[in-house]
Amino acid sequence: MSVITPLKTAAEQALSAQFAAAKAELPGALTVRKLREDAFAGFEAKGLPHRRLETWRYTDLRSLLREAAPLAGAAAVTTGVHGRLAALKLDGARLVLIDGVFVPELSTLEGLPEGLEVHSLADALVSGREDIARVLSGPGVASDDSGLMLNTALMRDGVFIEIAAGIELAQPVAIVSLASGDAERAIFHRSVVLAGEGVKATIVEISEGAGRAASQINGAIVFETGDESDVQHVRLVTRHVPETVQVQSLLATVGAQAKFESFALVCNAGTLRQQYFVRYAGEHTEIGLRGVNLLGGTEHSDVTLVMDHEVPNGTSREMFKSIIGGEGTGVFQGKVIVRQHAQKTDGSMKSNALLLNDGATMFNKPELEIFADDVVCGHGATVAQIDGEQLFYLMARGLPRAQAEALVLQAFAGEAVEFVQDEALRDLVMAEVEAWLGAREASSVVSAV
Amino acid sequence: MAAVQETIDQVKSIDVTEYKYGFVTELEVEKPAKGLTEDTVRYISARKNEPEWMLEWRLDAFRRWKTMTEPAWSRVQYPPIDYQDLYYYAAPKKGASPKSLDEVDPAILETYKKLGIPLSEQEILAGVAPENRVAVDAVFDSVSVVTTFKKELAQAGVIFCSISEAIQEHPELVKKYLATVVPVTDNYFATLNSAVFTDGSFVYIPKGVRCPMELSTYFRINEQNTGQFERTLIIAEEGSYVSYLEGCTAPKRDENQLHAAVVELIALDDAEIKYSTVQNWFPGDAEGKGGIYNFVTKRGDCRGKRSKISWTQVETGSAITWKYPSCILRGDGSRGEFYSIAVSNGAQQVDSGTKMIHLGKNTTSKIIAKGIAAGKSDSTYRGMVSAHRKATGARNFTNCDSLLIGDQCGAHTIPYIEAKTATAIFEHEATTSKIGEDQMFYCQQRGLSEEEAVALIVNGFVKEVLQQLPMEFAVEAQKLITISLEGSVG
Repeated sequence: MSVITPLKTAAEQALSAQFAAAKAELPGALTVRKLREDAFAGFEAKGLPHRRLETWRYTDLRSLLREAAPLAGAAAVTTGVHGRLAALKLDGARLVLIDGVFVPELSTLEGLPEGLEVHSLADALVSGREDIARVLSGPGVASDDSGLMLNTALMRDGVFIEIAAGIELAQPVAIVSLASGDAERAIFHRSVVLAGEGVKATIVEISEGAGRAASQINGAIVFETGDESDVQHVRLVTRHVPETVQVQSLLATVGAQAKFESFALVCNAGTLRQQYFVRYAGEHTEIGLRGVNLLGGTEHSDVTLVMDHEVPNGTSREMFKSIIGGEGTGVFQGKVIVRQHAQKTDGSMKSNALLLNDGATMFNKPELEIFADDVVCGHGATVAQIDGEQLFYLMARGLPRAQAEALVLQAFAGEAVEFVQDEALRDLVMAEVEAWLGAREASSVVSAV
Repeated sequence: MAAVQETIDQVKSIDVTEYKYGFVTELEVEKPAKGLTEDTVRYISARKNEPEWMLEWRLDAFRRWKTMTEPAWSRVQYPPIDYQDLYYYAAPKKGASPKSLDEVDPAILETYKKLGIPLSEQEILAGVAPENRVAVDAVFDSVSVVTTFKKELAQAGVIFCSISEAIQEHPELVKKYLATVVPVTDNYFATLNSAVFTDGSFVYIPKGVRCPMELSTYFRINEQNTGQFERTLIIAEEGSYVSYLEGCTAPKRDENQLHAAVVELIALDDAEIKYSTVQNWFPGDAEGKGGIYNFVTKRGDCRGKRSKISWTQVETGSAITWKYPSCILRGDGSRGEFYSIAVSNGAQQVDSGTKMIHLGKNTTSKIIAKGIAAGKSDSTYRGMVSAHRKATGARNFTNCDSLLIGDQCGAHTIPYIEAKTATAIFEHEATTSKIGEDQMFYCQQRGLSEEEAVALIVNGFVKEVLQQLPMEFAVEAQKLITISLEGSVG
């Protein structure tokens, strides 16, 4: 293949101009400024991710982003925002980002449990912390991604959460990120969760649209969890304007004998790319990444993950369920790397998709890259339609077709949802799944089985 | 069953780890100057006495090739190939297009005898039941030296000859089908092949004919610094059937040699082609010195309704293998199959797999790929299954397993599964594991040595694929696997 150096698109040119104009006012001490400069130089060299890059082959951001929206500068707290916040039923601490900017007034910062410290990312960036560059960079396997580089260069705010060693949080901590505007904006935010040894915590990340305009969102969350910690991450991406284009990156470095689990529900999210970069920093660690994608219309959901088994005795479980209707497109690209010394790795990766009608598309690419011989690694990928026999069984018992389908789909999604440990959260996720299925049933789009 | 027995004996005689086909035949050969220019292309075409249209076709390919760059996406590493430091044509002085075996250089006959390939029809006939006979096209460096059983095949209407001969004698068929499955500009190596291909086999099975015997081509690279560029074209007309086997070996040499072949299969309505390969090119030594670069484009087109193409391959040789035998399932109800065992040892690198492109309605495909990596080798399965929007009812089952022996090797799986129709059912599963300790214990407890136990378990692991091979090859392949793995335990 010849080396292609394409002309810069309008969006890429606009981003360069935006970075040049904004870099002075974007928060950050000297180290951070250097980090931003380097990241942007990296991004400029690569350009927006496009389909000729293997890791972005099914999500061509270059053609999706025809124009770069103006950068969101400040939080616009609208009635829509208040409405959404009032409707959200969540226990525990709530940290609110509006258009990527942390808004303490809307957050519950008082009465935070002992050992839990919350700052805005902007504060952390200017604080001159010594570990900031390391924390922001995350696992090595993430260093090459130009979507993430753009986030590093332009991140404005987010939250910086520190949980002291040994602390067990009884209630989840929620980061609620709303895109509020009535005009198109580009939102760059990043949050960091540092969990010390033995921490037990649940972090909820909600990304919703609360305005009329589509947004271009580039969000990232970084986890660094200590030995023997047990951290669960639950993400909900929903209620976005269909034209929204989003990249959500998750970077995790997990200590020894620890547990880290992430679950993501995606429905009504427009075009979304979720990417996971996970590194095992210690042995005997269990990591699980799971998710449910509910797609309709012309929605597009891309899940791309890289599990880097650097050390022996790691366990990884990935399970993603996609239900795709309309002209929706689902993408799953999983890559499990087992390095030469990572003996006794136990990996299992699964992607299952149900296509509800013609026009729906699923791309699966579950990849294994293995250099150690004493491992058990497997992956499975299926694409099919709703099982006619299951439908028949239910309909023979008097359920109308639409309801029978909803039930089958609910069970299909449920297999992944049940990994959400917190009961209230699990109910919340399941309620969203049911609402989506209900809406589908109401519009009586019945699949052409 | 003398032929089979002969194969067994032949395999028995190669009982050590060493590559036994590594001998060199001393021959007088004619070859043009090293390097690749338009003149080389003209030289090859002139040597083959080709018609004008063929030369133009080659030159066109050559001009396109010059504008292309070598692909780098595969998971293999090798120093850059100097395409100007190769011979593109090498033919034994005696023996090019012989009328009968008597005209073939005895040294070549001796070579094939050593390799266990029967070239004399009388020899084969002795005591062989007619259905067990195998017709052989023997390709030595750049030329086909002999094709057996031509007359008998012709009686059935089957054309089996070298591609050079087909260009002379059946230009209408060649013109109609050549490069319709693998276009000239398909990829870098296919374009190179189009410009400089020297020989290979041509098979045409007429309507409704079941080919009376197995067809087989045996490729041998002998000369130093020579690239082998073979081209095979198989056409199965409506309702016909053919089983084709391919074998290949090369001498042990210190330098790397390039083998860039193109194989095209065309199956029309209700036709079936079974294509089996036992690839045993010289793999290089344990440190990766020498060996063949096997960069091959193989593709089958199920053009007709209910047609079927089945690829079976056993890959044990080559320093680098880069090949993806594929099926384009164009006809409604057509079927593609791919069975593969790739065994790599020493410093071998394998990047192989398949593509199943579902275009027609109710098309089905099955992929069984087993990779075994030992020593310092790397084995990658790369495959694609895709269903077009109109390919309703497409069905695929893929199973790829890898077995690692030792901690210096790598096994990778890169499957692409693309479904654009809701009625497609695609299943893919893959596992990577090490031979179970309990399995080893069980075998050793019953008195098998460690190596025997490994061989037994490995053979069990690859059985699914071996069962698909024609009997004669299955025995040979089974033996090959044990050979390739010897010395890898401990």
